[in-house]
Amino acid sequence: MSRLITIRSKTGFFSFLVQKRAVLVLAVLFVFTLALFLFSMALGNNGLSFADVWTTLIGQGTEANALVIGTLRLPRVIVAVLVGAALSVSGAILQGLIRNPLASPDMIGITNGAALAAVTFITYFAGTVSIQWLPAAAFVGAGLISIVIYLLAWSKGVTSTRLVLIGIGISATASSLTMLMIILSPMSSASQAFTWLTGSIYGASWDNVYALLPWMIIFLPAAMIYARNVNVQELGDEMAQGLGASVQLHRGLLLLVCVALAGSAVAVAGAIGFIGLIAPHIARKLVGPSFDTLLPVAALIGSLMLMAADMVARTAFQPMDIPAGVFTAGVGAPFFIYLLYRNRNK
Amino acid sequence: MSPLFRQTPGKVWGLVFGFFLFIICFVGSIVLGTTKIPVMMAVESFIQYDPSSNDHVIIQTTRLPRALFAALIGSNLAIAGALMQALTRNPLASPSIFGINAGAVFLVVLALTFLPISSLNQLVWIAFLGAGFAAFAVYFLGSLGRDGLTPVKVVLAGSAMTALFTSFTQGMLVIDEARLQSVLFWLAGSIAGKTADGLLPVLPYMIVAGVAALVLAQPVNILASGEEVAKGLGQRTTFVKLAVAVTVILLAGSSVAVAGSIGFVGLVIPHVARILVGTDYRWVIPYSAILGAILLLVADTVARFVVMPGELPIGVMTGMIGGPFFIYMARKGLRSKGVSA
Repeated sequence: MSRLITIRSKTGFFSFLVQKRAVLVLAVLFVFTLALFLFSMALGNNGLSFADVWTTLIGQGTEANALVIGTLRLPRVIVAVLVGAALSVSGAILQGLIRNPLASPDMIGITNGAALAAVTFITYFAGTVSIQWLPAAAFVGAGLISIVIYLLAWSKGVTSTRLVLIGIGISATASSLTMLMIILSPMSSASQAFTWLTGSIYGASWDNVYALLPWMIIFLPAAMIYARNVNVQELGDEMAQGLGASVQLHRGLLLLVCVALAGSAVAVAGAIGFIGLIAPHIARKLVGPSFDTLLPVAALIGSLMLMAADMVARTAFQPMDIPAGVFTAGVGAPFFIYLLYRNRNK
Repeated sequence: MSPLFRQTPGKVWGLVFGFFLFIICFVGSIVLGTTKIPVMMAVESFIQYDPSSNDHVIIQTTRLPRALFAALIGSNLAIAGALMQALTRNPLASPSIFGINAGAVFLVVLALTFLPISSLNQLVWIAFLGAGFAAFAVYFLGSLGRDGLTPVKVVLAGSAMTALFTSFTQGMLVIDEARLQSVLFWLAGSIAGKTADGLLPVLPYMIVAGVAALVLAQPVNILASGEEVAKGLGQRTTFVKLAVAVTVILLAGSSVAVAGSIGFVGLVIPHVARILVGTDYRWVIPYSAILGAILLLVADTVARFVVMPGELPIGVMTGMIGGPFFIYMARKGLRSKGVSA
């Protein structure tokens, strides 16, 4: 039996191969995501039955349930799904681009740039400008810092090692500036900024969802469509050039997508670490390294991870609500160490 | 690159000059601030202390301890950095890159949250424990694999550990919001509002470790020429390495315990010292000590003026100096060390 399904239009206008395994994995993950989505909705301070959740979701629940689900849990879970997907897609692209399994947006300073811009925004503009603009600010920050990293790492092209090292230097600088902003700011926003910095989707509202959604609608599909270029990039600069790809242009565009996804995710959820690192690895284990299938799978896994982390964060230590970022780091850092171990001879 | 001072007399004079510069910065740190105090007044407060004079009180209770803190911590961190760079033969090694600061901070915050701890004495030991754990973890992770301890691997392992510790620290602080405000400034690395009492518990460790560093300088020289060479010359390398590691942990841990995480001093200063006197650690270590003290004194004095009337945590200042320096190193330094960057 063939492992691939061929899809081709009669005229040959489009034609591509689909891995059966990938389809299966995607379907299973999708079911999992859906199940966890409902489960997150039911679980919480005030437990609901699945039947209640369902009736509320289709608009026939009691008013109290509608409040709990409609204004508290639903936006939060949606934000978790979107942010998880964005972070992990951005990480997957970055790992392909840099050809380093240890790369992720938080590792090379993109997250810190976004955090710096967002904290600056919270400190100076929170009262006067709508919070709706926070993702834009974070995106600008992430973008600027990426340009800086890229330029500094440039010396007859950009190599991955230099990019990582420069990124670490930049992220140290950015986080000390962020600290500066937090300390300069009035106390009320200092604790707000600090909670946000740890990575939390606590108190996510529909505003957050609406702020995040346009970015996701544009850049997630863009990432999936453009991803095939990463496959070529992964072969190495000479090989990619030999195959006729304009390496630096593709790399720039892919970085832009990365930055947009990571920046907007950070803007809403703060610096949630390690999802961008781990999710792509799990995805690669499941469907192999080809980016056509890797990205959707990684996106689903990222969503699953953040939903799970947030669910634990808000239920495990009731009535306290712990930033989800603490859990993702708790799982992520040991995983990172495992990766270091695995790649020890490379 | 040949060092600036090649002959021993030149190095001695350089050290003397550095010491004078240090004295000037120290005095500057005492007299400059929100209230400017004439130098004569400062001298007077030492000769005949007058408790009714405002200036005298400020100098003796606030400025002097603070300047001492800055000087001691600066030299501690710089020496720690120099030893680490020698031990790992890695130009990017330093307490903050290795995650030592983050490890110590994490354990201190953990202890403050869950244990009934009040005395600084206990906190110092907890900080040592955290620093030691982080250092060994990163060293171990960084040296996995055939090519041993490469700069890139160490930096990656260090930033992973830092991320882990930092996020746990932040998690604990978010839960305990009341503590956040009091710890936040310390966390960012600060020596403001320190009294002389705060220094006493850590002073013995600092002195012991400082002396140990000077004693270890010669063995470190030998070790820096490579493990096989050192063994061939009859050095018990494991013992030397362990001694260096303990010294580093004492130096960095005690600094973190009293002043929080002050990054990059340990990265930048040893490089400056090597530019001045070459790679002989018998010179690099004293130079690092003096230069580190000068850097922190200057950073601390400047930190009082940037956001008048408030002030910056000194860790923010050093981060803003050190981050760019790290980038510079990553661009220039690695290439000459034969690392494919």
